[in-house]
Amino acid sequence: MSTEEWPLFEVFIRSRAGLEHKHVGSLHAADARMAIEHARDVYTRRQEGVSIWVARSADIVASDPEEADALFEPARDKVYRHPTFYAIPEEVKNL
Amino acid sequence: MSATPAPEAHYRYVLRLGDTSLVLGQRLSEWIGHAPELEEDLALANLSLDLIGQARLLLTYAGELEGRGRDEDALAFLRDAPEFANLTLAEQPNGDFGRTIVRQWLIDGWQLEVYQALTGSSDTRLAAIAAKALKETRYHHRFSSGWLARLGDGTEQSHHRVQSSLDELWRFTAELFSPDEIDESMCAAGIAPALTELAPRWSARVDADLAAATLRRPPAQPYPWHGKRGVHTEYLGHMLGEMQHLQRTYPGARW
Repeated sequence: MSTEEWPLFEVFIRSRAGLEHKHVGSLHAADARMAIEHARDVYTRRQEGVSIWVARSADIVASDPEEADALFEPARDKVYRHPTFYAIPEEVKNL
Repeated sequence: MSATPAPEAHYRYVLRLGDTSLVLGQRLSEWIGHAPELEEDLALANLSLDLIGQARLLLTYAGELEGRGRDEDALAFLRDAPEFANLTLAEQPNGDFGRTIVRQWLIDGWQLEVYQALTGSSDTRLAAIAAKALKETRYHHRFSSGWLARLGDGTEQSHHRVQSSLDELWRFTAELFSPDEIDESMCAAGIAPALTELAPRWSARVDADLAAATLRRPPAQPYPWHGKRGVHTEYLGHMLGEMQHLQRTYPGARW
Protein backbone atom coordinates (compact mmCIF):
# COMPACT_ATOMS: atom_id res chain seq x y z
CA MET A 1 0.00 0.00 0.00
CA SER A 2 1.22 3.45 -0.87
CA THR A 3 2.07 5.60 2.11
CA GLU A 4 1.94 8.75 0.03
CA GLU A 5 -0.82 11.07 1.22
CA TRP A 6 -3.31 12.48 -1.24
CA PRO A 7 -2.90 16.24 -1.62
CA LEU A 8 -5.26 18.59 0.19
CA PHE A 9 -7.93 20.55 -1.70
CA GLU A 10 -9.98 23.52 -0.54
CA VAL A 11 -13.68 23.29 -1.36
CA PHE A 12 -16.00 26.15 -2.30
CA ILE A 13 -19.74 25.66 -2.68
CA ARG A 14 -22.34 27.87 -4.33
CA SER A 15 -25.51 27.25 -2.38
CA ARG A 16 -27.92 28.79 -4.91
CA ALA A 17 -27.72 30.25 -8.37
CA GLY A 18 -26.74 33.92 -8.11
CA LEU A 19 -24.88 33.58 -4.81
CA GLU A 20 -21.11 33.49 -4.57
CA HIS A 21 -19.07 30.35 -3.90
CA LYS A 22 -18.18 30.08 -0.22
CA HIS A 23 -15.31 28.24 1.36
CA VAL A 24 -16.74 25.25 3.24
CA GLY A 25 -13.70 23.18 4.16
CA SER A 26 -10.99 20.97 2.77
CA LEU A 27 -10.44 17.31 1.90
CA HIS A 28 -7.93 14.89 0.44
CA ALA A 29 -8.11 13.58 -3.13
CA ALA A 30 -5.74 12.15 -5.70
CA ASP A 31 -6.64 14.77 -8.31
CA ALA A 32 -9.16 17.46 -9.19
CA ARG A 33 -11.84 15.12 -10.55
CA MET A 34 -11.75 13.02 -7.40
CA ALA A 35 -11.78 16.19 -5.31
CA ILE A 36 -15.04 17.28 -6.96
CA GLU A 37 -16.56 13.85 -6.29
CA HIS A 38 -15.40 13.86 -2.70
CA ALA A 39 -16.70 17.38 -2.21
CA ARG A 40 -20.06 16.28 -3.59
CA ASP A 41 -20.15 13.38 -1.15
CA VAL A 42 -18.80 15.24 1.87
CA TYR A 43 -20.32 18.70 1.54
CA THR A 44 -23.52 18.49 -0.55
CA ARG A 45 -25.29 15.55 1.06
CA ARG A 46 -28.04 17.79 2.36
CA GLN A 47 -28.62 19.80 -0.79
CA GLU A 48 -26.13 22.47 0.24
CA GLY A 49 -25.04 23.30 -3.25
CA VAL A 50 -25.55 23.72 -6.97
CA SER A 51 -21.92 24.25 -7.92
CA ILE A 52 -18.54 23.17 -6.57
CA TRP A 53 -15.08 24.67 -6.95
CA VAL A 54 -11.97 22.94 -5.72
CA ALA A 55 -8.43 24.28 -5.61
CA ARG A 56 -5.27 22.66 -4.38
CA SER A 57 -4.53 24.09 -0.96
CA ALA A 58 -0.88 24.41 -1.97
CA ASP A 59 -1.89 26.79 -4.76
CA ILE A 60 -3.52 29.25 -2.40
CA VAL A 61 -1.27 32.14 -1.39
CA ALA A 62 -2.15 33.46 2.04
CA SER A 63 -1.19 36.58 3.92
CA ASP A 64 1.31 36.06 6.73
CA PRO A 65 -0.24 36.28 10.22
CA GLU A 66 3.06 37.79 11.41
CA GLU A 67 2.37 40.74 9.16
CA ALA A 68 -1.19 41.22 10.35
CA ASP A 69 -0.32 44.41 12.22
CA ALA A 70 1.36 45.97 9.22
CA LEU A 71 -1.39 44.90 6.86
CA PHE A 72 -4.52 45.60 8.86
CA GLU A 73 -3.79 47.93 11.76
CA PRO A 74 -3.47 51.09 9.64
CA ALA A 75 -7.15 50.79 8.67
CA ARG A 76 -8.26 50.98 12.27
CA ASP A 77 -8.18 54.75 12.73
CA LYS A 78 -9.63 55.62 9.31
CA VAL A 79 -13.22 55.87 10.51
CA TYR A 80 -14.01 58.27 7.66
CA ARG A 81 -13.81 55.30 5.28
CA HIS A 82 -17.14 54.09 6.66
CA PRO A 83 -20.22 55.71 5.16
CA THR A 84 -21.73 55.95 8.66
CA PHE A 85 -19.04 58.53 9.51
CA TYR A 86 -20.86 61.18 7.50
CA ALA A 87 -23.95 62.99 8.75
CA ILE A 88 -26.65 63.07 6.11
CA PRO A 89 -28.15 66.57 5.64
CA GLU A 90 -31.88 66.75 6.29
CA GLU A 91 -32.49 67.92 2.73
CA VAL A 92 -31.11 64.76 1.14
CA LYS A 93 -33.99 62.41 0.43
CA ASN A 94 -34.07 58.77 -0.60
CA LEU A 95 -30.59 57.88 0.60
CA MET B 1 -50.85 -11.90 -25.76
CA SER B 2 -52.76 -10.32 -22.92
CA ALA B 3 -52.00 -6.67 -22.19
CA THR B 4 -52.64 -7.20 -18.49
CA PRO B 5 -49.77 -9.07 -16.85
CA ALA B 6 -50.30 -11.79 -14.33
CA PRO B 7 -50.13 -9.98 -10.96
CA GLU B 8 -47.71 -12.58 -9.66
CA ALA B 9 -45.21 -11.89 -12.47
CA HIS B 10 -45.57 -8.14 -12.00
CA TYR B 11 -44.88 -8.51 -8.27
CA ARG B 12 -41.87 -10.73 -8.90
CA TYR B 13 -40.42 -8.39 -11.48
CA VAL B 14 -40.54 -5.37 -9.15
CA LEU B 15 -39.31 -7.51 -6.27
CA ARG B 16 -36.21 -8.49 -8.25
CA LEU B 17 -35.29 -4.89 -8.93
CA GLY B 18 -35.86 -3.97 -5.28
CA ASP B 19 -33.92 -6.93 -3.92
CA THR B 20 -30.92 -6.23 -6.14
CA SER B 21 -30.78 -2.64 -4.85
CA LEU B 22 -31.31 -3.71 -1.25
CA VAL B 23 -28.67 -6.44 -1.26
CA LEU B 24 -26.10 -4.29 -3.03
CA GLY B 25 -26.86 -1.38 -0.69
CA GLN B 26 -26.45 -3.62 2.36
CA ARG B 27 -23.12 -4.90 1.02
CA LEU B 28 -21.83 -1.36 0.53
CA SER B 29 -22.90 -0.40 4.02
CA GLU B 30 -20.49 -3.04 5.35
CA TRP B 31 -17.69 -0.66 4.30
CA ILE B 32 -18.80 2.07 6.71
CA GLY B 33 -15.94 2.73 9.07
CA HIS B 34 -13.58 0.49 7.07
CA ALA B 35 -13.00 2.26 3.74
CA PRO B 36 -9.41 3.11 2.79
CA GLU B 37 -10.01 6.86 3.10
CA LEU B 38 -12.52 8.93 5.05
CA GLU B 39 -13.81 10.46 1.82
CA GLU B 40 -14.32 7.04 0.23
CA ASP B 41 -16.11 5.89 3.36
CA LEU B 42 -18.64 8.68 2.83
CA ALA B 43 -18.86 8.00 -0.91
CA LEU B 44 -19.68 4.32 -0.37
CA ALA B 45 -22.21 5.22 2.32
CA ASN B 46 -23.88 7.63 -0.10
CA LEU B 47 -24.11 4.95 -2.78
CA SER B 48 -25.50 2.55 -0.21
CA LEU B 49 -28.16 5.04 0.89
CA ASP B 50 -29.19 5.71 -2.72
CA LEU B 51 -29.62 1.97 -3.31
CA ILE B 52 -31.53 1.40 -0.09
CA GLY B 53 -33.76 4.34 -1.04
CA GLN B 54 -34.49 2.66 -4.36
CA ALA B 55 -35.18 -0.59 -2.55
CA ARG B 56 -37.69 1.12 -0.26
CA LEU B 57 -39.69 2.50 -3.18
CA LEU B 58 -39.54 -0.76 -5.12
CA LEU B 59 -40.30 -3.07 -2.21
CA THR B 60 -43.19 -0.90 -1.03
CA TYR B 61 -44.62 -1.13 -4.54
CA ALA B 62 -43.92 -4.88 -4.74
CA GLY B 63 -45.77 -5.37 -1.46
CA GLU B 64 -48.80 -3.54 -2.86
CA LEU B 65 -48.71 -5.61 -6.05
CA GLU B 66 -48.52 -8.79 -4.03
CA GLY B 67 -51.58 -7.72 -2.04
CA ARG B 68 -50.84 -9.73 1.07
CA GLY B 69 -50.25 -6.75 3.30
CA ARG B 70 -46.45 -6.95 3.36
CA ASP B 71 -44.69 -3.57 3.49
CA GLU B 72 -41.06 -2.72 2.69
CA ASP B 73 -39.90 -3.78 6.15
CA ALA B 74 -41.70 -7.12 6.06
CA LEU B 75 -40.14 -7.85 2.68
CA ALA B 76 -36.67 -6.74 3.67
CA PHE B 77 -36.41 -8.23 7.13
CA LEU B 78 -38.77 -11.18 7.30
CA ARG B 79 -37.90 -13.22 4.23
CA ASP B 80 -35.31 -15.99 4.04
CA ALA B 81 -32.64 -16.24 1.37
CA PRO B 82 -34.58 -18.50 -1.06
CA GLU B 83 -37.33 -15.86 -1.19
CA PHE B 84 -34.88 -13.14 -2.21
CA ALA B 85 -34.83 -12.42 -5.93
CA ASN B 86 -31.70 -10.28 -6.35
CA LEU B 87 -29.07 -10.82 -9.03
CA THR B 88 -26.44 -13.25 -7.76
CA LEU B 89 -23.71 -10.71 -8.47
CA ALA B 90 -25.14 -8.22 -5.94
CA GLU B 91 -24.74 -10.60 -2.98
CA GLN B 92 -21.06 -11.41 -3.62
CA PRO B 93 -18.82 -10.40 -0.70
CA ASN B 94 -17.00 -7.07 -0.76
CA GLY B 95 -13.46 -8.47 -0.84
CA ASP B 96 -10.96 -5.67 -1.22
CA PHE B 97 -11.89 -2.16 -2.34
CA GLY B 98 -11.12 -3.04 -5.97
CA ARG B 99 -13.45 -6.01 -5.92
CA THR B 100 -16.23 -3.89 -4.48
CA ILE B 101 -15.63 -1.40 -7.30
CA VAL B 102 -15.78 -4.12 -9.98
CA ARG B 103 -19.05 -5.50 -8.60
CA GLN B 104 -20.47 -1.99 -8.34
CA TRP B 105 -19.40 -1.03 -11.85
CA LEU B 106 -20.90 -4.17 -13.41
CA ILE B 107 -24.25 -3.57 -11.70
CA ASP B 108 -24.18 0.20 -12.30
CA GLY B 109 -23.92 -0.51 -16.03
CA TRP B 110 -26.84 -2.92 -15.82
CA GLN B 111 -28.98 -0.50 -13.81
CA LEU B 112 -28.17 2.32 -16.22
CA GLU B 113 -29.68 0.36 -19.11
CA VAL B 114 -32.60 -1.10 -17.18
CA TYR B 115 -33.64 2.14 -15.46
CA GLN B 116 -33.22 4.13 -18.67
CA ALA B 117 -35.53 1.72 -20.48
CA LEU B 118 -38.00 1.61 -17.57
CA THR B 119 -38.54 5.38 -17.73
CA GLY B 120 -40.69 4.53 -20.77
CA SER B 121 -42.58 1.73 -19.01
CA SER B 122 -46.35 1.48 -19.35
CA ASP B 123 -46.33 1.12 -15.55
CA THR B 124 -46.17 4.81 -14.66
CA ARG B 125 -45.25 4.23 -11.03
CA LEU B 126 -42.33 2.04 -12.03
CA ALA B 127 -41.33 4.62 -14.66
CA ALA B 128 -41.26 7.35 -11.99
CA ILE B 129 -39.12 5.24 -9.64
CA ALA B 130 -36.76 4.47 -12.53
CA ALA B 131 -36.44 8.15 -13.45
CA LYS B 132 -35.34 8.99 -9.90
CA ALA B 133 -33.01 6.01 -9.68
CA LEU B 134 -31.45 6.76 -13.05
CA LYS B 135 -30.02 10.07 -11.83
CA GLU B 136 -28.47 8.32 -8.85
CA THR B 137 -27.14 5.52 -11.02
CA ARG B 138 -25.42 7.94 -13.40
CA TYR B 139 -23.39 9.20 -10.48
CA HIS B 140 -22.71 5.66 -9.24
CA HIS B 141 -21.35 4.72 -12.65
CA ARG B 142 -19.22 7.83 -12.79
CA PHE B 143 -17.78 6.87 -9.40
CA SER B 144 -17.22 3.18 -10.15
CA SER B 145 -15.87 3.58 -13.69
CA GLY B 146 -13.55 6.33 -12.42
CA TRP B 147 -12.12 4.05 -9.76
CA LEU B 148 -11.95 1.15 -12.21
CA ALA B 149 -9.70 3.26 -14.44
CA ARG B 150 -7.58 4.47 -11.52
CA LEU B 151 -7.01 0.95 -10.22
CA GLY B 152 -6.73 -0.80 -13.58
CA ASP B 153 -4.38 1.83 -14.95
CA GLY B 154 -2.68 2.39 -11.58
CA THR B 155 0.17 0.36 -10.13
CA GLU B 156 1.13 -3.16 -11.15
CA GLN B 157 -0.43 -4.42 -7.94
CA SER B 158 -3.71 -2.54 -8.30
CA HIS B 159 -4.01 -3.66 -11.92
CA HIS B 160 -3.41 -7.27 -11.01
CA ARG B 161 -5.87 -7.25 -8.12
CA VAL B 162 -8.69 -5.59 -9.99
CA GLN B 163 -8.20 -7.87 -13.01
CA SER B 164 -8.45 -10.95 -10.77
CA SER B 165 -11.65 -9.60 -9.23
CA LEU B 166 -13.06 -9.01 -12.69
CA ASP B 167 -12.10 -12.54 -13.78
CA GLU B 168 -13.74 -13.94 -10.68
CA LEU B 169 -16.97 -11.93 -10.80
CA TRP B 170 -17.47 -12.15 -14.56
CA ARG B 171 -19.23 -15.53 -14.29
CA PHE B 172 -22.17 -13.78 -12.63
CA THR B 173 -22.72 -11.35 -15.50
CA ALA B 174 -24.54 -13.78 -17.81
CA GLU B 175 -27.51 -13.58 -15.47
CA LEU B 176 -27.85 -9.81 -15.97
CA PHE B 177 -29.32 -10.03 -19.44
CA SER B 178 -30.74 -13.57 -19.58
CA PRO B 179 -34.52 -13.21 -19.68
CA ASP B 180 -36.80 -15.82 -18.14
CA GLU B 181 -40.60 -16.15 -18.41
CA ILE B 182 -41.18 -13.29 -15.96
CA ASP B 183 -39.00 -10.90 -17.95
CA GLU B 184 -40.71 -12.01 -21.13
CA SER B 185 -44.26 -11.57 -19.86
CA MET B 186 -43.39 -8.11 -18.45
CA CYS B 187 -41.81 -7.19 -21.76
CA ALA B 188 -44.89 -8.34 -23.66
CA ALA B 189 -47.05 -6.18 -21.38
CA GLY B 190 -44.92 -3.11 -22.14
CA ILE B 191 -43.80 -2.89 -18.53
CA ALA B 192 -40.21 -4.07 -18.90
CA PRO B 193 -37.64 -3.73 -21.68
CA ALA B 194 -36.35 -6.67 -23.71
CA LEU B 195 -33.15 -7.61 -21.87
CA THR B 196 -31.60 -9.04 -25.02
CA GLU B 197 -31.89 -5.59 -26.64
CA LEU B 198 -30.14 -3.91 -23.72
CA ALA B 199 -27.25 -6.37 -23.60
CA PRO B 200 -25.24 -4.94 -26.55
CA ARG B 201 -25.42 -1.43 -25.08
CA TRP B 202 -24.16 -2.68 -21.71
CA SER B 203 -21.48 -4.67 -23.45
CA ALA B 204 -20.25 -1.67 -25.46
CA ARG B 205 -20.02 0.44 -22.31
CA VAL B 206 -18.14 -2.35 -20.54
CA ASP B 207 -15.63 -2.52 -23.39
CA ALA B 208 -15.10 1.25 -23.38
CA ASP B 209 -14.61 1.37 -19.60
CA LEU B 210 -12.28 -1.64 -19.66
CA ALA B 211 -10.17 -0.05 -22.41
CA ALA B 212 -9.81 3.11 -20.31
CA ALA B 213 -8.80 0.94 -17.36
CA THR B 214 -6.37 -1.18 -19.44
CA LEU B 215 -8.21 -4.28 -18.25
CA ARG B 216 -8.96 -7.44 -20.20
CA ARG B 217 -12.52 -8.63 -20.77
CA PRO B 218 -12.85 -12.21 -19.52
CA PRO B 219 -14.32 -14.83 -21.88
CA ALA B 220 -18.08 -15.37 -21.87
CA GLN B 221 -19.32 -17.79 -19.23
CA PRO B 222 -22.25 -20.17 -19.22
CA TYR B 223 -25.33 -19.28 -17.18
CA PRO B 224 -25.55 -21.39 -14.04
CA TRP B 225 -26.65 -18.59 -11.66
CA HIS B 226 -30.28 -17.92 -10.81
CA GLY B 227 -30.35 -15.46 -7.94
CA LYS B 228 -33.42 -13.78 -9.36
CA ARG B 229 -35.21 -17.12 -9.15
CA GLY B 230 -34.20 -17.50 -5.52
CA VAL B 231 -31.20 -19.79 -6.02
CA HIS B 232 -28.32 -18.07 -4.27
CA THR B 233 -24.68 -18.54 -3.43
CA GLU B 234 -23.83 -19.31 0.18
CA TYR B 235 -23.04 -15.65 0.87
CA LEU B 236 -26.58 -14.25 0.86
CA GLY B 237 -27.74 -16.18 3.93
CA HIS B 238 -24.83 -14.88 6.00
CA MET B 239 -25.47 -11.34 4.85
CA LEU B 240 -29.17 -11.57 5.68
CA GLY B 241 -28.34 -13.05 9.08
CA GLU B 242 -26.62 -9.81 9.97
CA MET B 243 -29.08 -7.52 8.19
CA GLN B 244 -32.17 -9.12 9.72
CA HIS B 245 -30.77 -9.91 13.15
CA LEU B 246 -32.51 -7.08 15.01
CA GLN B 247 -35.98 -7.59 13.51
CA ARG B 248 -35.73 -11.36 13.97
CA THR B 249 -34.66 -11.02 17.60
CA TYR B 250 -37.05 -8.23 18.56
CA PRO B 251 -39.98 -8.49 16.14
CA GLY B 252 -41.56 -5.12 15.45
CA ALA B 253 -38.74 -3.16 17.10
CA ARG B 254 -38.71 0.50 16.05
CA TRP B 255 -36.43 3.44 16.67
